[in-house]
Order: sequence, then C-alpha cells, then structure tokens
Amino acid sequence: MDRNRLQHQVACMRRSLFDQGYLDEPFIQLEELQDDANPNFVQEIVTLFYTDSARLIQNIEHALNSRPIDFDKLDDYMHQFKGSSSSIGAKKVTNECTVFREYCSAENAEGCIRSFQQVKQEYAILRRKLEVYLQMVRQAAVSRTA
Amino acid sequence: MNSSGGKGSMSTASSSAAWKAVDSVPDQFPAGLRVLVVDDDPTCLIILEKMLRTCSYEVTKCNRAETALAILRENKNGFDIVISDVHMPDMDGFKLLEHIGLEMDLPVIMMSADDGKHVVMKGVTHGACDYLIKPVRMEALKNIWQHVIRKRKNGWKELEQSGSVEEGDRQQKQSEDAEYSSSANEGNWKSSKKRKDDDDETEDRDDTSTLKKPRVVWSVELHQQFVAAVNQLGIDKAVPKKILELMNVPGLTRENVASHLQKYRLYLRRLSGVSPHANNLNNSFMNPQDETFGPLSSVNGLDLQALAAGGQLPAQCLATLQAAALGRSNAKSSIPMPLVDQRNIFSFENPKLRFGEGQQQLMNNNKQVNLLHGIPTTMEPKQLTTSQSIGNINMQVASHGVQSSQNNSSLINMQVAPHGVQSSQNNSALMQMGQPQFAHAPRLPLSLGQPIISNGVAANVSTQNGIRENIRAPGYNPVPQTSSMLNFPMNHASELPGNSFPLGSTPGMSGCISKGTFQEDFNSEIKGSVGFMPSYDIFNDLNQHKPQSWELQNVGMTFDDSRHSNSLQGNLDLSQSVLVQQGFSSGQMSGQNRNAALVSKAMLSAGDSTEPGNPLNASQHLNSLPVDNTIRVKTESVADVTDNLFIDHFGQEDLMSALLKQHQGIAPAENEFDFDGYSLDNIQQDQINGIIRTDE
Repeated sequence: MDRNRLQHQVACMRRSLFDQGYLDEPFIQLEELQDDANPNFVQEIVTLFYTDSARLIQNIEHALNSRPIDFDKLDDYMHQFKGSSSSIGAKKVTNECTVFREYCSAENAEGCIRSFQQVKQEYAILRRKLEVYLQMVRQAAVSRTA
Repeated sequence: MNSSGGKGSMSTASSSAAWKAVDSVPDQFPAGLRVLVVDDDPTCLIILEKMLRTCSYEVTKCNRAETALAILRENKNGFDIVISDVHMPDMDGFKLLEHIGLEMDLPVIMMSADDGKHVVMKGVTHGACDYLIKPVRMEALKNIWQHVIRKRKNGWKELEQSGSVEEGDRQQKQSEDAEYSSSANEGNWKSSKKRKDDDDETEDRDDTSTLKKPRVVWSVELHQQFVAAVNQLGIDKAVPKKILELMNVPGLTRENVASHLQKYRLYLRRLSGVSPHANNLNNSFMNPQDETFGPLSSVNGLDLQALAAGGQLPAQCLATLQAAALGRSNAKSSIPMPLVDQRNIFSFENPKLRFGEGQQQLMNNNKQVNLLHGIPTTMEPKQLTTSQSIGNINMQVASHGVQSSQNNSSLINMQVAPHGVQSSQNNSALMQMGQPQFAHAPRLPLSLGQPIISNGVAANVSTQNGIRENIRAPGYNPVPQTSSMLNFPMNHASELPGNSFPLGSTPGMSGCISKGTFQEDFNSEIKGSVGFMPSYDIFNDLNQHKPQSWELQNVGMTFDDSRHSNSLQGNLDLSQSVLVQQGFSSGQMSGQNRNAALVSKAMLSAGDSTEPGNPLNASQHLNSLPVDNTIRVKTESVADVTDNLFIDHFGQEDLMSALLKQHQGIAPAENEFDFDGYSLDNIQQDQINGIIRTDE
C-alpha cells in the first residue's frame, strides 16, 4: 500500500511536471535509459546537470558583470547551458536560454541581464521540483509493499 | 541491437572484434559498432554514451577534441564512426571533422544544439556524414551505422562494379560528386549518393559490413602510368575505361582507375584554385611536365611558370618565388622554389590566406616571415619524435594545416608562418629532418605519401575555397625524418621517430608519421616532379603498408632539389608549387612528386616545430619534407576531397613555419602547429584578421 501510494504520487507529480512544461521528451528518454545496469541513471544525470549548470551560471554571471560585455563569450556559455538543459528535457529553462541568446546576438545588455534572471529563476524552480520528485521516486523504490 | 546477444555481449571486446573481423558474422551488425563520441558537455556526453550502449554499440567517450584525435591516431582501426559536438572549447568541431576525415577517413556525425541552416551547411561542406540536432534522440543514434556502411559501400561500389563504361562512368561520376564536397556539388553529391545507395543497398548490405575492400596500391610506377595515360587522353577526355586500357596493368580494374582519377581530378582542381575547370592550370602543369621535370629547381621554376602562365600565379608571386627559388639573399630567397611556388600558388589561389596581408607577404618574403611568426605553426617536436609512420605524421600535419572553413587562410597561414626566416638552412633542416625519419619509417609505402599529399592538398584546398575548410592539414607533421624521402634512402633505420613532425599537439600524430612507408619507395624516381597524389586513403594504406610510397618518393626527390621549400612564404605555397611541379612536371612522377612535396613540406614544418633535437637541425635535406606532405595529403579527405596538393601546401607551410621558427629561435611549440587547427586559427586570425573568437 505504501508503495502503491508512493508510486501513485510519483506518477502524479511526474505528469504534472510534464503538463506544466517543466520537463519534456528528453527526460523520458533518460528514464528509458535507466535500467538494471544503471538503476540511478536519471538521478546521476540530473546531478551532473546541476554541477555543470552551476559552473556555467557562474561564468555567465561573471561575463555579464564585466565591462565591456563580451557577447560572444556570453553566447558561447549560454549555448552550452542550453545544450545541456535541453539534453535532460528542461523545457522552460531551455526556452529562457533561447530568449537570452536572442538578446545576446542583438548585443542588448539590458535584455541579457533581464532574461538571465529568468533563466536562473526557471533553473531554480526546476531544480527544486526535480529534487522533490526524485526523492519521491527513491522512496517509492525502496518502500515495501504492504 | 539486432543481435540476440543483447547489449551485454555487444559491448564486450569479443563482439566488437567480431564486428571488426572481415569475416565477422553479419548478423550481429550493427551491434558492436565502435563509436567514439566527443562532447565537452559532460551531461550530454554521459547521455550519449548510455544511449549508444543501449544500441549495443561499443562506445568510447571523451570530452576534448585533442583527446579524441589522440585516441583515433593511436588506434587507427579501432573505430567505425565518430560523433562530435560542434562547439568545443579546445577545438572547433569542424576542425576535428577535417582532421578525422583527412587522417582516418572515418564517417563523422556532427551534433549541436544549434540548428541554424548555415551551421548545418558547414557540417555538410566539411564532410560530415550527418548532422544531429541536440537533444539527440535515441532513434537518431540507432541508425548511425548506416553511415559506416555507406562509406564502405561507396568504396566497394567501384570495386564491385565491373560494369559497362556507362555504368562505371555513371558511378564514377557519382563518386566524384560524392567526393567533391564543395558546396556546389553538395546537392549532386547527396542525390548521387542516394542513388548509389539505393542501387546497391540490397546487394551490398549483407556484404559490406564484412567485406574489406581491397585496396589498390598506387605505386609510383603505377601512378606514372596513370598520369601518362591521362595526359595522353587529355584530362578532359580521360575516362577510366580508356585510362585502364592505356595503362594495361593486369589486375587493375576500371573502378580502381575511376577512383584514382577522381582523386586526381580533385587534386587538379585544387591546383587550379578550386575551379573544377582547372584546365589552364592543369595544362600548364601537365604539359610541361616533361620539361619541368628536371632538377627540382627547374621543376619549381616550371611550376611557377606554369602557374604564371596559367595566369594563376601573379607575376609578383612568380617573381618572388623565383627569387626565392634562386636563393636570393634575403631570407625569402632561401625558400626553395617549390615552396615558394607553392606558397604562391597557395596564396594565389586563396588570396585570403593571409588575410590579405598574407598576400602581400607572400609577395614579400620578408613579410611572410612575419606571417610565419604569427602563425603558430608548431611543429612540435614531440610529434616529430614519435616514430610513427609517416602517414601519421602526415595526418597530423595535414590536419593541422588545414583550418576550418572559417579561416581558409588561417590554415595556410599557419603553415606559412614558419616563423620567420626561411633561410635555406631552415628549409633544409626541415627537409633533413624528414630524412632520417623516413628512412625508417615503418615501411609504409606511398601510403604515407598519400596521406601527406592529401593533407597538403586538403589544406590548400580549403584555403582556397572556403569549402575546403576541412583541410586541416595538421597532418603535416613534417617528418623531417624523411631524408629518406628525398633520396629515398629509406634505409634509415631510424624510424621516423619524433621526426614525424609533431603534427600538432596531438601525440597521436607522431604515431602516424612513423609509419614510414614513405621511405621505402622513394627512390630515385622522383625526379622532382611531384606526382599528384590524391589523398588516397593514405592512412588506410599506411596501415596496410600499401606501397604508396611512391608519393613519398616523389616528395623526397623533389625536395632534394628543391630544398628550399619551406620558405616562409608559405609552406603552403611551396607545397603547392612543389606538388604542382612535381606532379605535373612529370607525368610519371606526378604522384611521387606530390608526395615529395608534401613530405618536404611536412618536413619543413616538422623541422620547425621540432625541438632542437630534431632532425631538422640535423639534416638539411628536404627529404623530411616529403613525408610531411604525404601526411597532409591524407587529411584532406575529410571532405572527400583529396586534394593532395593542398595538403602539401600545408605541410610545407607548416614545415616552413616550423623551420622558420626554429631558426629564428622561436620556440616551436607553441601551440602552433600542433595541428590544433584551432589555435592556429586563432593565431592566424589574430594576425590577419579577426579571429574567429576574437573579441574583435
């Protein structure tokens, strides 16, 4: 029972993550890649994503704070960030990255700064939700069927 | 995937071994496909690896282009396909693509989050066999094996079809289209490829995976016969069937000739400056072949003249070249004619090379020197040191030399930037470097040469056309060791040890170079005419020890006479000119010359980059150069354009720069010619133009 309930909760949360646009198809691919050989694959990838994102976000911050702003570099960083976020299916984050890159190519510093705030915000939201979700998944996995 | 063994067994070495074996069980295919995936994004890399494993492929991952190249070089036949990201910090994905195409001739799939049309187009023009948009789906990866088959099939098709002239010509034409990766042909290429694939799909499907296409070794003699036949028929009228008849070589198939012709045409095309109708140039080269054949200098001169005659070589260049060739006092003059020629050719063909400045510089030896300086041609010594086959070296050199499409010129620049003075000493040093090496190089016959040539050619090509970007001639590792090359003293016992010009930073390169097939065949025959050595899979050949050495031989020979070569001006030019001269001046030697040219180029650069210990200093022979060139030739094949000449150019340039550097006391290494096309690019760009990544 416990397990069933947990699994049910996991399923609900998962569905809402997709319905609300936080996650996308690639995330499903990650889930499909998870198997007995890699039982924690999704978690591993997500953790890797966090680490890499932290680095990129820092780089972007730094680049945005430097004067004059190096838009090429910014675009480069954001391109990387967009690449990895799209790889895990972080839909909203990826969309914000696209907006940022548009401002970047227009060399619109203001726009870049603003949209970067959005990027960070979406990233933070997704991260929180994913952490909750994955924790629930773990719990369901280890829970006992009553 | 289709194996019942499932993932687990597929990923084992045994299954991959099965896949590799000629008589492997076709049923397992594509399971066990050996994939190398390169991406600097750790998240993507892990995901890709997992996906590929799930497809039952054998995956190796790395997060740096340099590492990938090293892995590929060390393990020449260890992979079936490469998947690489476009944006990477240490090297542009397209550069890597070029390198791989030239050196290893493996199918490469590019991927990026960027789906802009121009980027995808770049992938095509650089010779990528596919372009995936990130995030990559599993379904897309499941079918990548098709590219491996397709590539093999294209090779097979020619061999298998012994059909009528019409059929063969059609095929050849398709092949040509397929190989000409220039943008102009892309459409044709794709459709022709498609046709080819469709035609043979059913029949070859089962076999290609297990078949190893037999390779014809285009020896010096054979190539001479080939060129003679082509000349006799006239380049425009030369069709494989007739060439085959004229050559009258038992065992040679029309397909062999067709593919060789294709490469030859590419080579000629490059020589003429990207124009498919290189008649002028070709003619000029081809016709006076016999005359120019003579001593290297004359050959060089001939090229110059030919070039000039063809209107391709600006008068100034010609003058400069000649002056250089004649060993005028200034540093420039020390540039051997061939080198100069090549340089000019190069610059001539691709004015952009020097980013404008270059042009001037080319004209002006001094300037060139400067250019060279700027250009980071680091023929790293380390590369030279490895005793890898010359082929490797070539590859490296070539790969290095050729720059990404972005900077056609940058590549050239790189090479040219021999830092400085191209004093004859330098040149010779480079050349010499090659010698010892070559002698010993693993007896890889021409095959080495070929690669070099292709490298060089490729390099040139790229610079010339924007399309050629692939030429990365880093492969130029001028294998200084090739002293044997020149004289074909192949007897050097020393392997191309480090002589193999440090193609670039990749350590793997040296390995390649040492194959040393060059040495063997070079002998005497090369009179200094550089044969046109299309980049016949030299690397492949190298591995197989094909007697492609004729190329090398040529190179060696040529350089002997031409010693000069690496003048700063542009190794590229030199190689070009050398190649041109060599190839064209003597119909027979054509292939050989090229090699020689290439080698010398390579050597030159090698000489340069190599550290003091390098043979460069030791030997003053151009011999070493040839090796290089050969290598260069090979790298070219990325875009399927085996513009040997191009490669040669690069090799020379590299050599030159290496030489120059060395002589000038510039620390060779630097990045510069590490065949890190990327850094070269940067350097060059900085120098010349805006660099790709400059802040402007």
